[in-house]
Amino acid sequence: MNQQPIIIVKDLVKKFGSFVANDHLTFKVKRGEIFGFLGANGAGKTTAIRILCGLSFPTSGELSVAGYNVYTQREKIKQNIGYMSQKFSLYDDLTIFENIRFYAAIYGLSKKEIDRRTDILMKKLGLEEAKKKLIRDIPLGWKQKLAFSVAIIHDPKIVFLDEPTGGVDPITRRQFWDMIYEAARNGITVFVTTHYMDEAEYCDRVSIMVDGRIAALDTPVALREKYHAKNMNEVFLQLARAQKTEVL
Amino acid sequence: MKRFRGFVVKEFLHIFRDYRTLLILFGMPVIQLILFGFVITNEIKDARFAVLDLSKDETTRQITEKLTSSGYFRLDRNLNTYNEIEEAFREGEIQLVVVYEPDFARRLERDHVANVQLIGDASDPNTANILVNYASGILTNYLLSMNAEVIPMKIVPETRMMYNQELKGVFMFVPGLMAMLLMLISALMTSLSITREKELGTMELLLASPLRPMQIVVGKVFPYVFLAFINACIIILLGWAVFGVPVRGSVGLLLFESFLFISMALSLGILISCVTNSQQLAMMISLVALMLPTILLSGFIFPVENMPMVLQWLCHIMPPMYFITAIKSIMLKGNGLFFIWKETLILIGFTLFFILMSVKKFKIRLS
Repeated sequence: MNQQPIIIVKDLVKKFGSFVANDHLTFKVKRGEIFGFLGANGAGKTTAIRILCGLSFPTSGELSVAGYNVYTQREKIKQNIGYMSQKFSLYDDLTIFENIRFYAAIYGLSKKEIDRRTDILMKKLGLEEAKKKLIRDIPLGWKQKLAFSVAIIHDPKIVFLDEPTGGVDPITRRQFWDMIYEAARNGITVFVTTHYMDEAEYCDRVSIMVDGRIAALDTPVALREKYHAKNMNEVFLQLARAQKTEVL
Repeated sequence: MKRFRGFVVKEFLHIFRDYRTLLILFGMPVIQLILFGFVITNEIKDARFAVLDLSKDETTRQITEKLTSSGYFRLDRNLNTYNEIEEAFREGEIQLVVVYEPDFARRLERDHVANVQLIGDASDPNTANILVNYASGILTNYLLSMNAEVIPMKIVPETRMMYNQELKGVFMFVPGLMAMLLMLISALMTSLSITREKELGTMELLLASPLRPMQIVVGKVFPYVFLAFINACIIILLGWAVFGVPVRGSVGLLLFESFLFISMALSLGILISCVTNSQQLAMMISLVALMLPTILLSGFIFPVENMPMVLQWLCHIMPPMYFITAIKSIMLKGNGLFFIWKETLILIGFTLFFILMSVKKFKIRLS
């Protein structure tokens, strides 16, 4: 088994003018794990995920994703990752079927492969009947599941999920996490940002970001023990408060 | 290439699914051309006029007769006093009043000078001007025919209007309309289609995918090149079939210039979408910054030479003027590339400039 971490981040700094969005982040993500990236809105989660996906350049720091250098091998990285943004971005005016085929096509799958995977996906999601439906006519929960399935349709090594559960009801959220587990079982590393602390419990390891810095990084169990907290929410509040007093 | 094809297929799906926009895009040139061709015309036919004849002799009767038989004018009524003139205008049906002074014929005979007053309704200045000119022309003609026996010499000007013998307005409108519609489809539609992806957040996904930014941009533009081109052909065909607007020069060259202008407008559309993030803003910019200059500052409706100096300079930094000049020259004069190489080069220059600008902006956005 390959023990080399799939994401290596060392001293990542991202500045927008004088504002420091990511302040010397350092962490590693192991192959096949579900890595949670937690923090309040504006803590710098999305900035970090965008850099890892090659959507934006870091100001400084050493980064490698799926074994490729973020500065020089962005094209290789893009080939090996999947990305799902907070908006479950699918095309409203295209059908479910057309959306799936489009994403499969831009990841360079062959025609035969596209047909095969589209069929499997339709059966799995139980959408065979609805495949001619426009995205704008289906419920949010479906959209979310579909967006996730589409993000991993090309079997990426890593999938980045940027707040994938925003605005979705708890039951659908639970079902969604089942899909994430399944992906992880199939060997896809999952990198997920969220601000729902209960979701943190589902991750193998979580890093908690406060004001652009990583305040803590460990398994949920270890974090709870360390901060003598009943749940992740308390852990987070303690960390956030500590940061505030530091600033004052 | 497989990826690129997938992307272009998706773009076409977007376009065909939105059949309302498609209908507008293809219906608009037809409707506009027909409107412009039939409705907006500078020709005068059957303009109503009134006569205040204070002389009532043979000569004035003959002049009135000439006016009526010219085809331009129709005698609406005879007035009896000056006071009735204003009233006649106010009713709005009379566009011109002709007043003969008392003793018209006798004064002409005796003093060789007689006065006739032409009063136009200048609440519509263009028409008033044209009507007064026509009427003066008819008067002069009448005078010449009268004096033919008295003065044995005369100069007969024989005029010929080159390239548009019948002075058809539609000859002007076809090139102008092409500029306007190609600009609209190319710049507006591309900028909308790119900013829409930004608004939806799908642009992020595209950028995170292995598609290269260049492929995204070209893929976005590609379907609109197609649509714009078809539209250009529709306008040319319709102008030719319905209004007899000729293509005297090479059709290939005409299509080439259209293609050049389309590329220019598309690169402008890309530039717009690089600097804006919402469809609304993109639409505002396209409509205000592109449509108005295309209509007003291009020689489409108002001649550039007659504008104040500052506006003329403005016209010279807007691409549509060059395109309209070039295609008019091809269609009406039958000129080849030799006569329009300057316009062609300028259009190429604009295209390169906009592409460079957008590439620069695109890079800034990514970093």
